[in-house]
Amino acid sequence: MATYLIRRLLLMVLTLFGISVLIFVLLRIVPGNIADILFDAAGMVSAAEKHKLEAELGLDKPIVVQYVDWIGGLARGDFGYTYVSERPALEEILPRIPVTAKLAALAVMFSVLLGVPLGVVSAVRQNTALDYVLRVASLSGLSLPSFWLGLLILMAFVQYAGWIPIYTEKPARLWDELALLSIPAAAAGLRSSALVMRLTRSSMLEVLRQDYVRTARAKGASPAAVNYDHALRNAMLPIITIIGIEAAFLVGGLIVTETVFNIPGVARFLVEAIRWRDYPVVQNLVMFIAIIVVSVNFLVDMAYAVLDPRIRYEE
Amino acid sequence: MAVAHEGGAFDLARNRAAGLSSSLAHFLRRYPLGAAGAAIVLAIVLMALLADWITIFDPTATDAHASLARPGGAHPLGADFMGRDMWSRIAFGARISLAVGVGATSLGCIIGVSIGLLSGYFGGWLDLVAQRFMDMLQALPLLVLALVMSAALGPSLENVILAISIPLVPTVARVIRSNTLMLREMPFVEAARAVGMNEISIALRHVLPNTLAPLIVLATAQLGSAILVEAALSFLGLGIPEPYPSWGRMLSESAAEYVRTAPWLVIYPGLAISLAVFGTNLLGDALRDIFDPRLRL
Repeated sequence: MATYLIRRLLLMVLTLFGISVLIFVLLRIVPGNIADILFDAAGMVSAAEKHKLEAELGLDKPIVVQYVDWIGGLARGDFGYTYVSERPALEEILPRIPVTAKLAALAVMFSVLLGVPLGVVSAVRQNTALDYVLRVASLSGLSLPSFWLGLLILMAFVQYAGWIPIYTEKPARLWDELALLSIPAAAAGLRSSALVMRLTRSSMLEVLRQDYVRTARAKGASPAAVNYDHALRNAMLPIITIIGIEAAFLVGGLIVTETVFNIPGVARFLVEAIRWRDYPVVQNLVMFIAIIVVSVNFLVDMAYAVLDPRIRYEE
Repeated sequence: MAVAHEGGAFDLARNRAAGLSSSLAHFLRRYPLGAAGAAIVLAIVLMALLADWITIFDPTATDAHASLARPGGAHPLGADFMGRDMWSRIAFGARISLAVGVGATSLGCIIGVSIGLLSGYFGGWLDLVAQRFMDMLQALPLLVLALVMSAALGPSLENVILAISIPLVPTVARVIRSNTLMLREMPFVEAARAVGMNEISIALRHVLPNTLAPLIVLATAQLGSAILVEAALSFLGLGIPEPYPSWGRMLSESAAEYVRTAPWLVIYPGLAISLAVFGTNLLGDALRDIFDPRLRL
């Protein structure tokens, strides 16, 4: 277990290192340096100011030094400086994290509570009319852009409720905030729930084909006992990995959903930073997202290895 | 050809070619959902090809009198704030969606197949490096990577295609690699080696054609993702630039404020995106059942 853990940890660090280089290079292949862009974007005027900016960003240093400076700063929690609000980026990001975290947690909850039971039912009733309907429903769920779904929900609220669930200011009570966030969370979570349902169904079908399920049937166990006692318990294991797959999948949904519902979260901040062409902040936020996604996957892998000893001996 | 051998998957591979060409009726009966998906995709392809003939207005022509015109009359799907005809914009928007979808998917598949084939067939350090690179790309959410690439490259049709194609690469590379690993050990590859073919020709002429089935399935699934990502990028204002009519950008222009006043500006472009993606997903599912039932997406 220890060697497995260390190997996975090293791989994780290697992946994050690669991503950091990739992002660093990607944001530097643009013609013109970041100072030029910020110069335009922030509406600065004098050449002296531009030189000051270049020095401040360390653009006069060699590229390797720039990279090392960036990573060092990141490790110390230095997220750079947003030129639009003229504040340290960390001050902008920190209050946004709980909002996005609540939204993401609600969306995951929604997708699991809807996706897992429907996936199980669909597998148990394979090739019945119900299975057919559920499969078409999950495919349609995967085909709806989350931002459009968000707009449709807003439209329905305007039509039938007369008000819009827009996040104007943080509600005083946690409960009210969660209630307000649950609507965008459903919009972001629906696509994930369709994904969860499909993966649950196929994982369940695979288990239902196993010998021990046949044995259970042969010895006369009731269908309910076979399906839920023998099959579901074993199918739950692969379902855990779905949470890992979902982490990356959900971020895309959060980006557009926070934009549609005007939620002051991290994901919308990334879009805003990209629009302002505030590349130092974009670079840091993308790294932040990558760290979260990679860590979630790492934790899922660990949970999996603990629950299923076979994993550790593979490869 | 050297593809004559036994084994379920390959018999299937041979039969399906005959099956598909010989009876379309069989496909319709056996896979009604897939047939519905194919019909939707076909309709959208026709809409894109015939956009010039099936519309009256220029999709970019503005008309102050038609501003926010309700659906009906000269504008069957209404008009936007600038008086541009929605039906024209949706029909021409199909061209953009398909161009980006097919372009990004093809590019992503070409790169992914090359990486997957090379790393699977030759293995060694090449495989190791390629796999770590795929890990990196996969750790970044599709939309985030596409957003950053599109922003870094600048807004243009070609750049959006490139920005969407790269995040599609890892899935293709992984599937092709695992298929190649399996095919590499097949007797027909050994036979080709025994008659003195060089490794590159074996990889290209014997291994590559046998990865076609999973590739077709994957490409169809990726097409739907590519269309969705393009729509999301354009919705966020970082996709296809003016004057191209893009379904995603039509929603960003008309977004929240028109939810109240002009719902048709929100409903139709979203419907177009969803239908296009739904069609490719239905078709993709049926193709998966036919070509490669073991591949789960």
